[in-house]
Order: sequence, then structure tokens, then C-alpha cells
Amino acid sequence: MDVTELSTSESVSKKKGKTKKIKRKTKSDEGPVEEIKPADDEVKEEKSESGGFFPPTFSVSEIKNKQRRHAMFLKLKQEKRKLKLELKKKRKKEREALGDKAPPKEVPKTIENQRIYDETTVNPEDEEVAFDEGTDEFSAYFNRLTNPKVLITTSDRPRGRTVRFCEQLATVIPHAHVYYRRGLALKRVIPQCVSRGFTYLIVINEDRKVPNGLILCHLPDGPTAHFKVSSVRLRKEMKRRGKDPTEHVPEVILNNFSTRLGHTIGRLFAALFPHDPHFIGRQVATFHNQRDFIFFRFHRYIFKNEKRVGIQELGPRFTVKLRSLQKGTFDSKFGEYEWVHKRHEMDSSRRKFHI
Amino acid sequence: MTANSQICSIWLGSETGILKGVRLIKKQAFNFCEMSCLSRDQEVCVMAWGDPHESEVLVGSVNGAVKTFSTDKGIFTGSRECGDPSQGRFTGLAVNESALITCVESGLLKVWKEGSTDTVEVNVGNGICRMRQNPSQRRHVATGGKENTLKVWDLERPDKPVFTAKNVAHDWLDMRVPVWVRDIGFIPDSDKIVTCTGHNQVRVYDPSASQRRPVMEAKCGEFPLTALSLPASQGTVVVGNTHGQLTILDLRKGLVRGCLKGLAGAVRGLQCHPSLPLVASCGLDRFLRVHSLEDHSLQHKVYLKSRLNCVLLSSRELESSSLDVTGDVEEVKGEEDEVWDTMETVTEKTKKRTTQSEEAAVSGVEGKKKRKVAKK
Repeated sequence: MDVTELSTSESVSKKKGKTKKIKRKTKSDEGPVEEIKPADDEVKEEKSESGGFFPPTFSVSEIKNKQRRHAMFLKLKQEKRKLKLELKKKRKKEREALGDKAPPKEVPKTIENQRIYDETTVNPEDEEVAFDEGTDEFSAYFNRLTNPKVLITTSDRPRGRTVRFCEQLATVIPHAHVYYRRGLALKRVIPQCVSRGFTYLIVINEDRKVPNGLILCHLPDGPTAHFKVSSVRLRKEMKRRGKDPTEHVPEVILNNFSTRLGHTIGRLFAALFPHDPHFIGRQVATFHNQRDFIFFRFHRYIFKNEKRVGIQELGPRFTVKLRSLQKGTFDSKFGEYEWVHKRHEMDSSRRKFHI
Repeated sequence: MTANSQICSIWLGSETGILKGVRLIKKQAFNFCEMSCLSRDQEVCVMAWGDPHESEVLVGSVNGAVKTFSTDKGIFTGSRECGDPSQGRFTGLAVNESALITCVESGLLKVWKEGSTDTVEVNVGNGICRMRQNPSQRRHVATGGKENTLKVWDLERPDKPVFTAKNVAHDWLDMRVPVWVRDIGFIPDSDKIVTCTGHNQVRVYDPSASQRRPVMEAKCGEFPLTALSLPASQGTVVVGNTHGQLTILDLRKGLVRGCLKGLAGAVRGLQCHPSLPLVASCGLDRFLRVHSLEDHSLQHKVYLKSRLNCVLLSSRELESSSLDVTGDVEEVKGEEDEVWDTMETVTEKTKKRTTQSEEAAVSGVEGKKKRKVAKK
């Protein structure tokens, strides 16, 4: 029995090639003792249980020869994949057989599903939070008393990439003006901005010729948010992009700002843009929050028919993460912070997010 | 409403003008206000106990009104106009023998006597950040602020301060050290005063010593310190800064004993419990946190939806309020009292076991009598 088994396996492997034949031989050499017992069982059981040939303490990493070890590992993976597919087929058959009585499909666990519920999540019917939001620093904008006017500047001596990023941001945000920093102190710039009627100050911080920080300061006396900026893509680096944005006011989409802090940041972004978007321009700016990272995208859309939309990405794209939110205008030394990102206390759990 | 206010052990004032009472064991918060007439100019700046029995809370708001809230009845019982918003916000509120003492940012310290309209006025200087009353000598009041050094005033003789602190010597660059007193604390059983400044310094002054300069100075962190509190155990002080860092400092040498973690926003109000080793903190991140001073762990955390300005702890806390609850339950339950008591004592700490067994012994006797009545 044993001999015939080996001969059949050898004949099969001859078609595959020399190297594989050698490996087949070594495999059979290694497990001759074990093969006797399961040989009887193998006739009765399925072929897929060839994994039972090896003692439980054997692992692929014990083979010293790299080529043989690699081949063994590939075989192991193939067998596992086969098992998985068969299991899947079996389950599908059972599901079809049960028909209506089948249990509901299980939803796979994602980090967003498993997110720890944040107790500061805003309930839309909460009166106290509604009053708080209705009378906070942005109430002048949301009650349509002021129009946004934005000043964009950088840290001192910016390099080409940052300058181009500022210019592109100025085309995306309406009523935005770019000024050179020229070594001016922000605390002196702010009263001058207020007197000239600006509502927002954006400072793009640069490090090693690349923008890496963003300070967004709401002007009359509003909160200052400090963000970390990453993966900035300028217009010429974007694939399949459309033509340059026009002067029309874009629509604004804010996704997934659910907690109290998220609400404040969402309002901070919303107040950058004027109230009434020009739908003729078909442009939209999206701030999408996922896992505490906020992704900015700027698109132009067109409705092909009632159900299908085509979008074209224009404009710069960047990712932003909140580092601190300070009450009052920019004063990093003596200002009071509403929220500070403390890495060791807040990032200890991979399922807990704050925005 | 009345039941709610009677069981609250911590009182907080928020920026939206709402007075909040918190019951820690159940982590419940109650708002005591009228939702229809909320406005930002009713923002609570200061809070104080109206009487030594802690049955009245005095709430000072931005518009210059000081409202009295009764904890027994659960409603605001009175309101007084104590100044107008043009002079700045309230920086201190205290009560001395039925007279109300208020201090505003412009430096006007007024003593409002009950019934009569005449007031004693003292000008303590401009830019006041805090006014505090000495808990052992209630006529003495300390004030301090931005470019306004610590001064201790006696209200019987209001023309000159009892003690004026002197600024420290010039620093190593021979430049004047700026003054910014943010919070003041009186050390019990002695004459000494602790202050924390906006330039992250903690200083101890001794009026009975021969020098007007601070006896001890310590630098703590890199951000302005906003609040200070003295725990029941002597020799330490808890300070909080604008980044939400709470540090416990040793007053003898000025070294850091430990940090309390968890706060994400600036600390606006800080108070240590008069007898237990607990400290309650509230701030701009809209949470009330109670930490234990012994093992620096967070005991309770309650989300209150508005930014919080001040916190007031009642002397009865946690244990006594939980005992009241079990007392009621025992009377109702009847014969299973002893079984329930033994079950509780096994799971809880030794401290609570002794107090609870005493309570059980006392109420058990009463319970037996009531049980006999119930059986009939």
C-alpha cells in the first residue's frame, strides 16, 4: 500500500517538474510513519485533510532550506484557501436551502462600527446644546449678520510648494486674500485684520519646504484651531482633474462631525464659506471626518440623469488633524485651551475618537 | 425638583447661565434654571455658600446680579443687583455674618449689608483676577490680579490693607518680573497665603514673617496656572493650568508630588473636599471630574453640556448621601435587612464596612420596631 501510494504521487508530480518531484520525495520521506496510519483514513476521508500528515508541533519555519520552505508555505496557503472556499460554498448552499428562514447576514466588524460611544455626541433635540451653539462665537455668521472674508498667510519665508498651496486655497475659498508674512507677529496682525473687517485668519505653517500645519483663527474673538496638515496634493499632481475652479460660491458638505467638539470644528469650517452657494457653478467642497482625520476635497459635479452623477476633482486636496482648540484669538502662551490633544491619554485606545 | 436639589453634592456654574447640581453616585446632573429665559449675560462667574450649613448657594453672573438658590427648596429665592457689567465681571463672592462681599475686575470691593442700602466700598486696584475670604478669620479678604500684587484687607478697617506683598527681586537679566495673581488660597491653621500666577509660579506668603516677599516660590509647568485649591491634608496644594494639567505640589520644598490626568481643556474651577482626599475640577472641556488625591486616579467623570466656570463642593459627600439612601431602603424592605447588609459589607472597603455596620446597628433597632408594625 505504501509503495503504491508513493508511486502514484511520483507519477503525478513528474508532470509538474523536477524540483517539485524532489520536494514531493522529501515530503514523503519526512512523513512515512505518519502516512501509514492516515493512509487508511485517507481513502475514507477527503483529500483536503492532507494537513493532518504532520505532527502538530511541525511548522513551516523549521525547514532550513529557503526554497523548500517557501514552496511548503505556498502549499499551506493554497490548502487554507481551498478550505475557506469550500466552507463558503457550504454556507451559501445552506443559506439557499433555508431560504426565508436563513439567519441575517453578519455585518463585518470595522473600526467605525466598533467605535466606543462618545458621551459628548450631540443629540439634535438637546435644548442646552442648541442654546450653546446658538449663542457662541459663530452665531453672528449663522444668523447672517456677517459675510466671511478670509486672510491666508504662511509662516515666515515660505517655499514654492506652500506658496502655490496658498494660491490654490484662495481660489477655492471665496473672498480670500493671500498676503506675505514678512516676519510679522500674529498678535499684531490680528487687531489690524479685525479693523479691516476680516472674519478668518488662516496661517499655513511650513516645515522643510512642505506645508505641515494650519492655524484657523475666527476673528472677532473666536476660537483658534491648530491642525496638523498631511498629504497635500496640488492641482498639477492630481490625476483626471477638471479645469480650474470658477468664481462661483461652492456648496459645503460636512460629514461625520458627531461629538460636541466635532460640532464646533464643523461650524468652524462652515463659516469659512458664504451662505448661499451658487448652484450654477456646480462646485462642492467636502470636509469628511473619519477616525479624527478630516479630509478636504473639492469637486465639480454634473447630473447625467436623475440617478447618476459624474464628479471631477479640481483643486487641492489635503488631510487635516486637530491638535488643539483654543478659546479666544491666537495666543498660544496665555490663551485658554478648550481641547488639547494629549497623545498618551487620548490615543491609548484604537477605537476611541474625539471628533 | 426639591428632591433633586437635596441630593446634589456638587454645584457648578456654567457659561450659559445654568446652575447645575450633580449627584455623583448615580452620575446624574440636574439643571436648575428656566430654559425660556437663558442668555449669555447670565453667565455664572462666581459661586459661594450662602451660609455655614450649606443650604443656600449664591450665584454671581456677568450682568451684575447675585442670585440666591436654596438647596432645600430647589428654586432661586432671591436676586440682588450688585454692580453693573461696565465695571467688569465678578471675581469674588463671600459672606460674612449676613453681609455679602463682592469684588469686580475694576477693583471695587463692596460689602452689602442685609436690609440697609449703604455699602462699604474699598478700591483694591485695577485688574483684579481673584478675591478670596479667609475661612478661619472671615473679616479678612485677599485680592490679587494682573499687575496687582496680593493684598489682604480687613473689612473693619478698609482704608489700608493689612498685608501688601512685594514683588520678587529682578531676575537674572535684571528685569522686573511681571505680576499676575490668578488664584489665592489661605492655608488653614496658619497665617500663610498661597497664590498661583499666570506666569506659572506658585508662591507662599507669610504676613507674620518679617518679609513682604514670598517665603517660597516654585515654577510649575509652562502654561498659566488658573486655579488653586488646598486639600484637607496639610502641606500640599493642587493647581490647574490652561492646558488641563492638574499638579499636586508640596508646599515645603515646592516640588511636584504628582499629576492628575484626564482633563482636555483649561481648568476653570477647582475645589478639594473639606474632609475626604478628593478634588473636583471643571473646565472648558465641559466635564466635571473628581480625582482621588491618594492614588491620583479618576473617580468620577460627568459630561455637562456647557463650558463650566466654577465648582462648589458640599461638605457632605458620597458616603453620607449613599447611607441616607440605604437607610430608606432598609425601612421599606423589612426582614431581609440583615441579609442585604451582610451582602453589601462583603464587597465594599473596610472604611465603609465600619460606618455601615454602625448605621445598620442603629437603624436595625428602629427597623425591627417598624417591622412589627408592618406585620400587623
